[in-house]
Amino acid sequence: MDRLPLVISTLCFLLGFAANLAALKSGRYRSRRFNMGMIALGFLLQTVFLFQRGRAIAHCPLTNLFEVLVFLSWSIALFYFLIGPAYRLSLLGMFTEPLVFLIQAVALLAPIDTPHRPFPPHSPWVEFHAALSVMAYGAFAMAGVAGVMYLAQERQLKTHRFGTIFFQMPPITDLATANLRLLWTGWVFLTAGLASAAAIREPVGPRVLIWGGAMWVSYLLILLARRLGPRRIAVLSVAAFVAAVVALCALNHFSKGGM
Amino acid sequence: MSGTPHILCLGLSHRTAPVDVREQFAIPEAEWSRALATLTSLPGIDEAVIVSTCNRVEFYAAATDAATAMCSLQRFVADRSGAVPSVPQPFYAHDGTASIAHLFRVVSGLESMVIGETEILGQVKKAYAAAAAAGSTSRNLNKFFQRAFNVAKEVRTQTNITRGPVSVGSVTVDLAEKIFGRLSSCHVMILGAGETSELTARALLSRGVKTIFVANRTYDRAAALAAEMGGEAIRFEECDQRYHEIDILISSTAAPHYVVTHAKIAPVMNRRPDRPLFVIDLAVPRDVEPSVNAIEGAYLYDIDSLQAIARQGMEVRRQEITHCEQLIARHVGEFHEWLGAARPEPPACPIPVSEP
Repeated sequence: MDRLPLVISTLCFLLGFAANLAALKSGRYRSRRFNMGMIALGFLLQTVFLFQRGRAIAHCPLTNLFEVLVFLSWSIALFYFLIGPAYRLSLLGMFTEPLVFLIQAVALLAPIDTPHRPFPPHSPWVEFHAALSVMAYGAFAMAGVAGVMYLAQERQLKTHRFGTIFFQMPPITDLATANLRLLWTGWVFLTAGLASAAAIREPVGPRVLIWGGAMWVSYLLILLARRLGPRRIAVLSVAAFVAAVVALCALNHFSKGGM
Repeated sequence: MSGTPHILCLGLSHRTAPVDVREQFAIPEAEWSRALATLTSLPGIDEAVIVSTCNRVEFYAAATDAATAMCSLQRFVADRSGAVPSVPQPFYAHDGTASIAHLFRVVSGLESMVIGETEILGQVKKAYAAAAAAGSTSRNLNKFFQRAFNVAKEVRTQTNITRGPVSVGSVTVDLAEKIFGRLSSCHVMILGAGETSELTARALLSRGVKTIFVANRTYDRAAALAAEMGGEAIRFEECDQRYHEIDILISSTAAPHYVVTHAKIAPVMNRRPDRPLFVIDLAVPRDVEPSVNAIEGAYLYDIDSLQAIARQGMEVRRQEITHCEQLIARHVGEFHEWLGAARPEPPACPIPVSEP
């Protein structure tokens, strides 16, 4: 029953995406109002769910992979609201919705909502670190979305084959800029998250340390490799996010103490 | 005769008359007020609006006596142009639902030379505003034109009739905007000062590109065109050294070989990996080596590609006509009902009219 807001939220993202697809297929893609409405409702319900879960466990809801994935979806939706309107990136919502739907569907369907008892001692630094790190994931996810959009638009411009989607997509230079800024935003969050980890008294496992460091270095290298050009940066931002999510799940799987 | 108001339309357009005939009947904007006063003083005409553009001259009237009003409209036209009634006329006359449908089609761009163009809506709005200011419209035409503007808006938003570029110039501008976003910081180079490249550059200029460099084998021609466009003329031999400065290259020389090669563009793009280059090759034989398109960040379009996109855009618009007609038909029915119009009696015409 406590999952109901999350289930409805997941359906909102699915509905928004389906409506967008249908509109594009019919060649009559117009208003973003419905799309925005679905994402806003989905985001609101995510917030309700996380708030209720946080109250129920008396912790920041980041105690197992299920909660991490929901928190990640929430931060993706949050970054969509922060970035989408600022850059006037039309169709960003359409690309964001399936990603959020997929993450939430996995969270809901996979048997990963296992409570880790006893909870670790209440430490604000642990929660601060975890929240910043998942926010970084949210920014990296949106960078990946901008990267996919860049690659789709670039391909159409190179091949001269334009689908219905072409005229609704933002200019590739805007997408490249958004991609880079999101990568920087994620990296700043990640840096802050890792820095805050230094204040945690509990011992941190070597896997977590290696993974955190590797991710920090990888994204820094991507950011410093601007000479590769926006296309390769877009490819790398997609690949890096996929790798980050896979590693996150693997880390959870192999960590006996959970997240 | 009936007491029910009728909407009448008498006019000619690019579909029924060549430009030399249309210009005979065109009414300059400065004369609209006087012409409207004359029209509304004629027997049978209660309200009037004149739409006079380069592609059409149309007179709309609201009247309770349709036959008398139509005759008055025709006499007015004949008096202004000195047309002889026996000469075959390019005019069309509409009454009842036909006149309502006609205006709705006109403002929706379905009667335009380029289907779906939106300039006509602005022109009709201007004509209506002038008529309203001159006091030649009242309840019926006010309602009629306002409904027409609503129909145009609905057609534009609910169909794809305005979607996609339909000319080489508009394709170029659309593509440039899909690459660079705003063009206000873009630098353009024209290679070969031909008519097509000039037209394309002007289309880009209208969107506010920052600078235009013009290069031509004959420097004087380049200088003349640059002066005309507010750009900078450069010597043809200097072009290769200036590619790094530009964002858009329009090439249209008469050279029998490639002027812009992969070897020339690749180093330029290597030095600016995050700044795209849009290359438009309008020349036949082509000026730009096709492999330039393979360079990362360079987007090459030749004349065939541009024309294919324009044709695709036009085809999309054509496919939308049926959908537009359905929307319009619904509004025509509603407006006709509002007007409470009865089927009019055919007017006795002093000028023979043809169906469009």
